[in-house]
Amino acid sequence: MDYIIEMLHITKEFPGIIANDDITLQLKKGEIHALLGENGAGKSTLMSVLFGLYQPEKGVIKVRDKEAKITGPMDANTLGIGMVHQHFKLVENFTVLQNIVLGMETTKRGFLKMDDARKKVMELSEKYKLFVNPDALISDITVGMQQRVEILKMLYRDNEIMIFDEPTAVLTPQEIDELMQIMRDLVKEGKSILFITHKLNEIKAVADRCSVLRRGKYIGTVDVADTSAAEMSEMMVGRKVNLTVEKKQSSPGDVVLEIKDLSVEAKREGQKKKLVHDVSFHVSRGEIVCIAGIDGNGQTELIHAITGISDMSSGTVSINGEDMSKKSIRYKNTHGLSHIPEDRHKHGLVLEYNLAYNVILQEYFQPNFQSGTFLKNDKIYEYAEKLIKDYDIRSSEGPFTITRSMSGGNQQKAIVAREISKSPDILLAVQPTRGLDVGAIEYIHNQLIKQRDAGAAILLVSLELDEVMNLSDRILVMFEGEIVADLDPKSVTVQELGLYMAGAKKEGE
Amino acid sequence: MKQKSTKNYTGILSSIFAIVLGLIVGLIVLFFCNAQQALPGFATILTGAFTHGAKGVGQVFYYATPIILTGLSVGFAFKTGLFNIGTPGQFIVGGFGAVYVGILFTSLGPVHWIAALLTSVAFGALWGLVPGLLKAYFNVNEVIASIMMNYIGMYLVNWITKSYKPLFNNLRNESRNVAASANIPKMGLDKIFPGSSVNGGIIIAILVVILIWLILNKTTFGYELKAVGFNRDASKFAGIDEKKSIIFSMMIAGAIAGLAGGLLYLAGTGKHIEIKDVLPSEGFTGISVALLALNNPIGILFSGIFIAYLTAGGFYLQLFEFSTEIIDIIVAVIIYFSAFALMVKLLINKINGRKATISEQSREGGKKS
Repeated sequence: MDYIIEMLHITKEFPGIIANDDITLQLKKGEIHALLGENGAGKSTLMSVLFGLYQPEKGVIKVRDKEAKITGPMDANTLGIGMVHQHFKLVENFTVLQNIVLGMETTKRGFLKMDDARKKVMELSEKYKLFVNPDALISDITVGMQQRVEILKMLYRDNEIMIFDEPTAVLTPQEIDELMQIMRDLVKEGKSILFITHKLNEIKAVADRCSVLRRGKYIGTVDVADTSAAEMSEMMVGRKVNLTVEKKQSSPGDVVLEIKDLSVEAKREGQKKKLVHDVSFHVSRGEIVCIAGIDGNGQTELIHAITGISDMSSGTVSINGEDMSKKSIRYKNTHGLSHIPEDRHKHGLVLEYNLAYNVILQEYFQPNFQSGTFLKNDKIYEYAEKLIKDYDIRSSEGPFTITRSMSGGNQQKAIVAREISKSPDILLAVQPTRGLDVGAIEYIHNQLIKQRDAGAAILLVSLELDEVMNLSDRILVMFEGEIVADLDPKSVTVQELGLYMAGAKKEGE
Repeated sequence: MKQKSTKNYTGILSSIFAIVLGLIVGLIVLFFCNAQQALPGFATILTGAFTHGAKGVGQVFYYATPIILTGLSVGFAFKTGLFNIGTPGQFIVGGFGAVYVGILFTSLGPVHWIAALLTSVAFGALWGLVPGLLKAYFNVNEVIASIMMNYIGMYLVNWITKSYKPLFNNLRNESRNVAASANIPKMGLDKIFPGSSVNGGIIIAILVVILIWLILNKTTFGYELKAVGFNRDASKFAGIDEKKSIIFSMMIAGAIAGLAGGLLYLAGTGKHIEIKDVLPSEGFTGISVALLALNNPIGILFSGIFIAYLTAGGFYLQLFEFSTEIIDIIVAVIIYFSAFALMVKLLINKINGRKATISEQSREGGKKS
């Protein structure tokens, strides 16, 4: 067979853990091969082995049927292997062209000769329809364009084998479509692509074959065309996963959260624009109301105004009938409001504190955890142990783990545990599953449903249409700071929802 | 609490590493200056403090008192996410407060020294309050604000001292003696260390160290302060009044540095506020003390004593025709290597925690960030 890369029986151990256990990965020439696995399945370790950053204990790597000893990224480069990292490696204040030639500059008597390089870059850019402006500064172009620069970098180095590490995480839907097209074009020109991801629909869209890893073990390789998304997700997670959430019919009770005529004005000078414009709605016990919309249409400002992180210009926020517009954040926190924030590192956690100190972040002053002015450490660690058990938060040192060292999914679980264990009347969940893998998403969705059924009111802000359609009992669509529609998920299609979100349609039209 | 104890251990180890390297460099410097006398000179640095037995030890504690406190001021602010470079200003203003009360309020009797000390605390706190307010409400960088406060403090003290007759000794261009009742009592230390300048100040300093350690590690107040220092947004989000925390942090840091000034000028050892355009060195030494101790309050106690010990030993270097500035070089080099100490600490953690960190990394898998 004409495999261009073969990684055979790779085993890489770290003290206490086998990161890669007898993994075989074979990349055919001219195919897009997906590498699927949850966070922590060993994908990155495997790629680090391929790039010579780690030496495997067992196994061989063959490139073009010849056994290769790869001791560092330079070796990988000479073998024609290139990679687009999840976080781009670009110099912000250099131009596109300067970034592409960086490290491979053409020179004449010590002076740069950019003309040749420019010609080559433009040819490549043309050939693969990348359309980058070679003189634009990296800091001025979009993330999607930056990614194309990374692709050009590989092309400029004549790399035959291209690795994309979670390339779609940072892109908008349109950019994702364009990237998929670029990947297809690349393969047509004889390149081979290894595509690392945990998003199944992208694999279905673009990949030929898919290898699945789970907890450091090789599960199998399948032809994408013959395998359903559900089967692949089962291979990845190791059990059946409900891609749709099962829930009972909602039975809304008393109104908990009531927003009236809430407006937020832009703070920047010279701007009179209202970021949130006369928004009114309510959320009742036992229902999940979802605010859908494209990012940047005022959702963040609305939520910050409700919680009190930033001020509103006008309007009222009441919880359980009590006007909370002028109350402090702490008052709201202790009177029925819980909030899973959008940015878990900025607002959700004190990353330098350990897990126990983070789960009491809003309750350390309660008599359970404080006597006189002293912290009751015994009680705090006891409580943290309980939450760790109840919410299955995984970490290396239990309640003593510094939260920075925990995985994203477990950090989010810690926040969810903290917010839900307060048994809130109203729970604000802002993109609660962003950046998480399938297992964690399923878990968090179930927790939200459980809270709903226990009688909490839930306001969910989400950019993922699947999540919106699956979870919500009522959908509010936000567009340019206004609520443009109040929809029933059972009687609206995704396409229709998309039109409302894009502002192409308003309710009543 | 097992994890915590291993971490402390590596912290101490890395500081010792810095000290050893610093001393070696000091030895090299001695060799350069005068190779024949280098070894005896070096021995003097290490043992000089004991030359006069108990008196020498007492002297070490006397030197250590103000720098332990200025170090604590810097370290405390660091722990709460603030860089208090304003210790010299807080120190001199606090010292001035103590001297003012010490000279003028002679009718207070036995509580005179306590009132003078409290004034130094209040003045220092006031000098910390200003950068705190600016930081909390206008997001002015506390480093810049406190540097400005240093100069305002120094010149203000010079000006008031010079222009107000009862305070000023114009023969020696410095402040007058404080009343005897304002001197810090010896608290029995003169019996243990006869002939030395040591007084109750060191006991007060140790008590303050313990108090700060308690606040930082055991109280909800300290929990809030540290949370704000680590992540101001998350703290605000959790309902902590983050402005109040920043202001309190700077006030407490200022108060400690002010107390340091009070304890020095009330020591009854002939220390006066001299009218010169130089910021008191005790303030900046505090930064060294805090860095060497990696901001740990208990560590600061020991690093303060250690630096005082070197200074005391260095005094005798003159016997070998070396100048005492060599001690300053050694201390500077030690601080220089304390920066490396952070690196060494990371290295030790890496070796110790290889298991933990790497398994974590590999479990992180697809998400590298």
